[in-house]
Amino acid sequence: MYGTYLRRELAGRRKQTIIVAAGLGVAIALVIIVNSLSAGVRDAQAQALESIYGVGTDLTVTGATTEPGEGGGSQFEFEDGAGETSDGTTSLSQSRLMADRMRGTLDASTLTTVESLDGVSGASGALSLTNTTFSGEMPDMSQMGQPGEGGAPPAGGADGAGGSAFDVESFTVLGIDPSAVSVGPLSAVTLEDGRALDADDVGQNVAIVDSTYAATNELAVGDMIDVGGTEMEIVGVIASTSNEADTAANVYLPLDVAQTLSGVGDVISTVYVQADSSDAITTVQAELAEALPEATVSSQSDLASSVSGSLSSASSLISNLGTWLSIIVLAVAIMLAVLFTISGVSRRTREFGTLKAIGWSNGRVVGQVAGESLVQGLIGGVVGLAIGLAGVLTINIISPTISTAAETTTQAGPGGMGGGGMGGFGGAATAQTATEVVLSAPLTPTVIAAAIGLAVAGGLIAGAFGGWRAARLSPAEALRSVG
Amino acid sequence: MTMIDTEAHANPGAPASVLYRLTGVGKTYQQKGRQVRALHKVDLEIDEGDFITIQGPTGGGKSTLLQLLGALDRPSVGSVMLGETDMASASNAALGALRAREIGFVFQGFNLIPTLTAHENVDMGLESLGLSKAERAERVTEALGHVGLADRGDHRPGELSGGQQQRVAIARAIVKRPRVLLADEPTGNLDESMRDEILRLLEGLHQSGLTLIMVTHDSAVARRAKRRLRLEKGSVRDITR
Repeated sequence: MYGTYLRRELAGRRKQTIIVAAGLGVAIALVIIVNSLSAGVRDAQAQALESIYGVGTDLTVTGATTEPGEGGGSQFEFEDGAGETSDGTTSLSQSRLMADRMRGTLDASTLTTVESLDGVSGASGALSLTNTTFSGEMPDMSQMGQPGEGGAPPAGGADGAGGSAFDVESFTVLGIDPSAVSVGPLSAVTLEDGRALDADDVGQNVAIVDSTYAATNELAVGDMIDVGGTEMEIVGVIASTSNEADTAANVYLPLDVAQTLSGVGDVISTVYVQADSSDAITTVQAELAEALPEATVSSQSDLASSVSGSLSSASSLISNLGTWLSIIVLAVAIMLAVLFTISGVSRRTREFGTLKAIGWSNGRVVGQVAGESLVQGLIGGVVGLAIGLAGVLTINIISPTISTAAETTTQAGPGGMGGGGMGGFGGAATAQTATEVVLSAPLTPTVIAAAIGLAVAGGLIAGAFGGWRAARLSPAEALRSVG
Repeated sequence: MTMIDTEAHANPGAPASVLYRLTGVGKTYQQKGRQVRALHKVDLEIDEGDFITIQGPTGGGKSTLLQLLGALDRPSVGSVMLGETDMASASNAALGALRAREIGFVFQGFNLIPTLTAHENVDMGLESLGLSKAERAERVTEALGHVGLADRGDHRPGELSGGQQQRVAIARAIVKRPRVLLADEPTGNLDESMRDEILRLLEGLHQSGLTLIMVTHDSAVARRAKRRLRLEKGSVRDITR
């Protein structure tokens, strides 16, 4: 009889049932879509970051930020008589490998310290540099007389009248330990041509280049590239495993060669750390912070904040607007269900008074009201699940492409000038690595269970209010109030 | 005021046992900010098998008295005994159990649930008895047959006439086989022919041994009872001739 009465009542108040179920349905659908999109954005962020930091990097350690001017960095210096002079024009060209001005470095022994900590399963160090090439033409200054001598007016130069013209080009260079590439940027690359760096390359003037950079500059395996004034043989071309993403740097050198050419000494910019398990990350992060108080230790979640571009906008939109919209719609839907239930109890005063008069207990009446609300909630849950699944399916069919850019601008870390530089976990890189990722909306059983749970909870809350109202109803007053 | 039924019980020769005993009953309640004295020092005994009508002006306390007899409310003062149970001090659960097993109600407005069929409406009267499905179905069929609606069990209230609806309400009240049937203006919403039809039905139930207490404005209806009470300004007097 319980089921019959419940079914007939819900069917008899079809309009109210539809409104309450639809309200809860929309809210549940929003919860499903927002949660799925959030998971999709997290996946996309991970995909974007993987191309920069490699697969399985849980933490990074970078040097503390240096104030402008402290970091130094090499300057272009031309000695008297440098360059080739012809027809009053001096041609100059110089290539320098430099550390970024605001980037801090770590002593190479930091890597040993990191590897010795509990919970660390792997670590590798890298030195992030920028190679800048100055080339141009200037007037021959030796033709000009000393001050007061009334020498000849300037001649020669780029325009033949004493003017100058020069170009400054740069590319990013990452010095890596050729024998430890399972952790770090090179763990997420594929070899397109030639070979990768290996332990035999220590101390050798060899390089591998990013495929995009190689294509742009018409470089191939076997070609030479000038890095810091030294010719390096290109032995391999690599590409990111992510869709259309660049790798972390333009050019990769053995770490010791990079240190020598840049003149920075036995230092590194970043240590890439892999923890034993995801549970150990927090502990390892704390250990690192304690062992290396001067360094900056960053986790993947810190890293996620460095992702910009439309993925970042999508992330903000979902976490802010999406979440709040879900909460507001859910609250309104539950409030609507509560109000309709209370109003229904008020409208059915005579009915409940009569039922109590013919012997129904309070518990039986409350159970009836709560049951009706619960079923309304479940209908809403099923409707919401259907709408939510349709929404998720639509997103996955459309598969919107979102651009991402990992960038950091405030703290020290690996980075470089020019295109294709890399950020760090909180690093002060000034460049971005652009990536196009496909945004999907993965659906997990947890999300579905949570959505159904919310629908049931909404029904129970409304039922609790309605039941409370019905329980307080005195049969005598109920019958008296309706004459 | 004590009113003892001196007439013979429905079963002549057998001693009439007292079903209700009201002693010094008073009832006041708040209505729109003012205190209303609905009943005042009512003493009353009602025997098993009685057929009593209660008359009186609107607001005289008729419905209040019926609610006290029906365990729907408690008196402000005094005691209302139904058999050995003092309803003035009984718990809500005990009052609910009395309503579920001992008391049948019939209302002026029928108070049927419009979404349920006649059969289902009658079945609602058995909800608290814990009977098996088969036994419930048997009892419902029997009750509907008793009120002459055996063939209308699958009709909803909206598909029945006023008289038929009231008969369904009577079936709902008697399906639990109560000791007493309380009827509040059961013919108030019916035309004359339907009124007589319902009265004949109620009289038949009384003749089969059911105690019948009916509130009515209609003197013609009231005259059909063995015992007539009048409630005026909260006080009861016997006007049986």
